[in-house]
Amino acid sequence: MTIVQDEAPPATPAGRTRRAGQGSWWAGMPGLLYLMLLVLGPMIIIVIYSFLSRAKFGVGVKWEFSITPYLDLLFSESLAGGRSFDPTYLEIIFNSFWYSLLTSVVCIVLSIPIAVWIATRPAHRRTALVFLVTIPFWTSLLIRTYAFIIILNDNGPINGALQFVHLISSPIGMLYTPFATVIGLVYSFLPFMILPIYASAERFDFRLAEAAYDLGANRWTVLWRIVLPSIRPGIVAGTILVFIPALGSFLAPELLGGGKTSMIANVIAAQFGASRNWPFGAALSVLLLVITMLVLLGFVAVARRTAKAQGNSSWESLL
Amino acid sequence: MGTGSALSVARVSKAFATPEGGEVRALDDVSLEVADGSFTVLLGPSGCGKTTLLRCIAGLETPDAGEILLHGERIDDVPVWKRRVNTVFQSYALFPHMTVAQNIAFGLQMDKVAKADIDQRVGDALEMVRLTGLGARRPSQLSGGQQQRVALARALAKKPEVLLLDEPLSALDLKLRRGMQTELKRLQRETSITFVLVTHDQGEAMAMGDQVAVFDSGRIVQLGAPEDVYLRPRTAFVADFIGEANLVSAVRDSSGLSIAGLGGTDPAALANPEAPETGDVTVAIRPENISLEEAADGAGTVADVTFTGGDVHVEVDLGPNRLVVRMPSHGGRPPQAGARVTPVFLPGSLRIMADG
Repeated sequence: MTIVQDEAPPATPAGRTRRAGQGSWWAGMPGLLYLMLLVLGPMIIIVIYSFLSRAKFGVGVKWEFSITPYLDLLFSESLAGGRSFDPTYLEIIFNSFWYSLLTSVVCIVLSIPIAVWIATRPAHRRTALVFLVTIPFWTSLLIRTYAFIIILNDNGPINGALQFVHLISSPIGMLYTPFATVIGLVYSFLPFMILPIYASAERFDFRLAEAAYDLGANRWTVLWRIVLPSIRPGIVAGTILVFIPALGSFLAPELLGGGKTSMIANVIAAQFGASRNWPFGAALSVLLLVITMLVLLGFVAVARRTAKAQGNSSWESLL
Repeated sequence: MGTGSALSVARVSKAFATPEGGEVRALDDVSLEVADGSFTVLLGPSGCGKTTLLRCIAGLETPDAGEILLHGERIDDVPVWKRRVNTVFQSYALFPHMTVAQNIAFGLQMDKVAKADIDQRVGDALEMVRLTGLGARRPSQLSGGQQQRVALARALAKKPEVLLLDEPLSALDLKLRRGMQTELKRLQRETSITFVLVTHDQGEAMAMGDQVAVFDSGRIVQLGAPEDVYLRPRTAFVADFIGEANLVSAVRDSSGLSIAGLGGTDPAALANPEAPETGDVTVAIRPENISLEEAADGAGTVADVTFTGGDVHVEVDLGPNRLVVRMPSHGGRPPQAGARVTPVFLPGSLRIMADG
């Protein structure tokens, strides 16, 4: 993912004439309108809903201003009507964070060797290998996540194999655990980590590694002090592509976590469904948006610092 | 120059597989002795194996056969990071995410040098290459010439037993290159570290080397002092590659030498013990060692005259052979195109090539 920041084109005397080779503003309009209507619009609706009251039967909202949805995030209401601090939702948010972080770290650890390996193959083979990384995208994520139910369940191939070689006597309960959720998340997002790291690794000048060896560095030192700093832009980009969607992921915790390991998206879905509390669902959504935004800003700060440390003036190019 | 051998390369061979499934012999039974504290230049056209030899010495390539000894100890099975040799890379290979000082300190940290000593030695290294005060810069903030000096400082700071330089000046412009040649010579004298430099530039090799090894197709075809290699080239390849040379066909018999189109010539030229005793031979003669005498019955015809500034290049047609003659612009009026001339060779300037 590269955000290219072009230098401002020199002002032309007429002011309106477009220089040859530059895109037209008008050509971008359909896409822009689409995004405004279908992304910004619903977001505004969600924000408005989060400040309204619950409808009588829970479907829709009652147009009456209320901050109850936000109070519900931290305090639960007792039958008597008093409110007391309740960390349930904080815990779910913390869990979502924790699973996303774990997913990102596992993805990074798995991706670096793959990406570096692909980047060091001859050019004609690299294209084929990158193509292979994208194969999971050919089938819907839903079907692929269902496949993990088959793989991980008590009578599935893993438990079967382990029992066959007598490593275990009874099945390990893997399905419907946080373990299964994270396995599913890593599986879903791994290609999003491999590709940007590969893009960085491919640009890496492996003569730098030779120079480091020549100066007395062993393999680990070369990896830590020369290769990793050079592919850090790819790691940052990949982490954004993995961590943020993982934070809002729904399928893996729903299908593989079995409700025991709810993440914030599952709770939001429940508010609009079974729990019938649209304003509260909206408030949770706003919270997720804010958290996502803060995390993104954090990444930008890291990227900016990295760029500064590398003497690179256009830090945007790191993303 | 010190005594003893800093580096010996004994019968080293190395082949690479080509993508087409073939094999290229990059090094073919190469042997070389490098005296302690000397400046050796490996010279040859691209693809002749000189860089492969340098990489074998550094440990970045493994020879298929042969031995490499550093001060008498075998190093060809020692991993690259444990060899007391360091390389200045053609691309400089400076670490872009580190400052100049950090780049230089990197190698010292690998040697587990104490922190205070590292600062001291980084400062010394920067001073040595005249970059004092630029330690906090990034490599990207330096000019090509400055980056080159950082690469040099980084390798020299480790005080290697042998410093390997892979075409270190090839990326610099001509003027800078001249300056750096002098600079490299100075550094080599001041540090008395043994330098082994790879280049395809024969002028550079002549200017810097105590010893020049001329490579052709994976072999060392001639090894000697620059004067030796220039004045007494062994083969047509060496004569042609180093400086300019006229390579003319001739016949040698017991009575002497007869150059095609010119007839019998001064046998004083025949001092090359390796040259064939009889038969068809190739004779090398430098353009500056020929003068021309205008004569109506001259053996050759002037084909072309080119003024190049300090010199005038005259091409003489001898029928089967063609001679390029270089004469100083101030040395009187050059002959005109079409004039009949007789070439006169400076005594001892003709050399019969060993490879016929």
